[in-house]
Amino acid sequence: MSGSCKMELATGRRMRGIVIITSLGHNAAIFFAAVTIMNESSLIQIRDLHFAHKQRVVFDGVDIDIQRGGITGIMGPSGTGKTTLLRLIGGQLKPTRGSILVDDENVPRLPRAALYRLRQRMGMLFQNGALLTDMNVYDNIAYPLREHTRLSETLIRTLVLMKLEAVGLRGARDLMPSELSGGMGRRVALARAIALDPMMVMYDEPFTGQDPISKGVLVRLIRSLNDALGLTSIIVSHDIEETCAIADYIYLLSGGKVVAHGTAQALGRSESAWAQQFLHGEADGPVPFHYPANTFTDDVMQSGNVS
Amino acid sequence: MLGALQLLGQKGLDFFQRLGRGNILLLHIVEGLPSLLPRLPLLIRQTYMVGVLSLLIIVVSGLFVGMVLGLQGYNTLVDFGAAESLGTMVALSLVRELGPVVTALLFAGRAGSALTAEIGLMKATEQLSAMEMMAVDPVRRVLAPRFLAGVISMPLLAAIFSAIGVLGGWFVGVGLLGVDDGAYWMQMQDHVDVYDDIMNGVIKSLVFGVVVTWIAVFEGYDAVPTSEGVSRATTRTVVHAALAVLGLDFILTALMFGD
Amino acid sequence: MTTRTIEIWVGVFIAAGLAALFMLAMKVSNLSTYQGETGYELVARFEDISGLKERSPVTVAGVRIGRVKQIVFDDQTLEAKVVMEIEPRHNKLPKDTSASIYTSGLLGEKYIGLDPGGDMESLKQGDEIQLTQDSLVLEKLVGQFVANFINNKSDKKVENK
Repeated sequence: MSGSCKMELATGRRMRGIVIITSLGHNAAIFFAAVTIMNESSLIQIRDLHFAHKQRVVFDGVDIDIQRGGITGIMGPSGTGKTTLLRLIGGQLKPTRGSILVDDENVPRLPRAALYRLRQRMGMLFQNGALLTDMNVYDNIAYPLREHTRLSETLIRTLVLMKLEAVGLRGARDLMPSELSGGMGRRVALARAIALDPMMVMYDEPFTGQDPISKGVLVRLIRSLNDALGLTSIIVSHDIEETCAIADYIYLLSGGKVVAHGTAQALGRSESAWAQQFLHGEADGPVPFHYPANTFTDDVMQSGNVS
Repeated sequence: MLGALQLLGQKGLDFFQRLGRGNILLLHIVEGLPSLLPRLPLLIRQTYMVGVLSLLIIVVSGLFVGMVLGLQGYNTLVDFGAAESLGTMVALSLVRELGPVVTALLFAGRAGSALTAEIGLMKATEQLSAMEMMAVDPVRRVLAPRFLAGVISMPLLAAIFSAIGVLGGWFVGVGLLGVDDGAYWMQMQDHVDVYDDIMNGVIKSLVFGVVVTWIAVFEGYDAVPTSEGVSRATTRTVVHAALAVLGLDFILTALMFGD
Repeated sequence: MTTRTIEIWVGVFIAAGLAALFMLAMKVSNLSTYQGETGYELVARFEDISGLKERSPVTVAGVRIGRVKQIVFDDQTLEAKVVMEIEPRHNKLPKDTSASIYTSGLLGEKYIGLDPGGDMESLKQGDEIQLTQDSLVLEKLVGQFVANFINNKSDKKVENK
């Protein structure tokens, strides 16, 4: 039963893909149609993504698929542009090349109004919460509802209290953001991110700087919200343990490319020396301990002569 | 030599780039102004932050500037036997020049720097980014109300400054130095023109209000999102706003009062 | 700080600003003298009005009763034609009133002083004042004085003439 349903859905989507694509020319149509068939259940498809910021290449041909209903972890060392990737998906940055399809809409090409409509269906949890500091917890969560819906205040109140209950902070609704601990701030921000019942939530380093208890709370929240609300979640992180614990699929990024991808177990067995170094946190390996320099003896001898 | 030229070119390009970004932002803000109508509380709140909180410094400075004008003016005019013209001198200096200019400078220091710091911090703590991701345009919700509040507040503050200054001059001239009360006001009324002087003063302060708030809002929005970047942007707001006000004042004065 | 307090403060601020503007307009500037001033116009011609401006005061016995409304150059008579606006309640100026241009103080500004005559009829809207005395220009005065002085001293023939 469910299989046949899926088939119908799949054909429907394939049709749509082809209809959109035909205007782009014959070759492209075949390419994109193939892609659509291949990744039937992915919500986000990133193809051949190139992005450079002030001559520094951040992405150099990245392909990523994010499965519907799953939790996808994107990991890599600091400075590999993990946050940049989220901003590209959210349309805050424009790639130099490549396509980012979110629910079959090419984000970089979307006009402003359509982009804003799409963003209403995306939730994002920022690294430090990014709560609006001039309003309290309640108003922060009510903010997107008040901006985008014409619901009555009583209905908004019910919704806000529901979201707060989901993150366990119903009692904190009158606090100001400055009175919250880091972990609580992130939970409030999470409640805000899901206020409009989005199709997906992006988490930017949700575990960084959290004590073990808050980490545990967040891990549980992300998993339970994802399953209960039927969300698609993307977690950008370099916390291996927590991410591996909840992610259904993991991409490892380094040097502007996808180094490895697979389930947590598959990555653990990965042949890639780089992946092994990253996952086990070894000091030396493909990523050297030393910043590139000439030999130590040369440097020491030379410094005596110069100064 | 070539290095110096390169530096000059770099600075020039940088300047024009920033000017361009500033202009685009201003356009974007003006575009967003109509959307403020149904959100009056936002505007009122910002008018409070920008205008009401600047009130004290404006009143106190206005009073002292007026008193100093009274004292200096009296000492100068009494030598020519024209102490009765004190009112004229105080009023014209305040209404044409000191009112708009000093208010704009104080406004840049008090409200402008606060605006830049606030917006810069909102950027540094990703609040602006978060708004964008919530499909809310921060230019419309954050910058536009602040800009409009500044533009509204500035002429009102300048008028308060001038009025208090005239009273301060009256207090010193008439109260302490014994200039005739009737002469103070009559001479003033005879020589200060509503259109030539008062209206032009209001226009000046309106222009300054636009420029100072624009610079403040732009610097905050364009700040490097770190604590250092925000503090630099705040300093830049005060410096650039002061320079812009004084430069524009010369141009406006030449246009308005140059015969 | 509740919304209500903020709103009240903003109200106070805007009221204070408008009050200040009102005070500047009414008390500091001449707006109060503009009001209801649909006075009647008088015309006078001068050979030299240098220093007189539009909006300069027009006085009788030292009391201001009007202002200069317009100054134009009359191509026919090659004189300056000055239009004065006199407040309507001062409508008893005799026909043979004369107008002179004076300076207030040594370096002060110019104004028109009217000297009432003894005629029974009064000046009306658009009437012209026949008797005028020009502005005293300091340079001319000094020039005349110096010229006279030199003439007196060096050239007796001229003096005898």
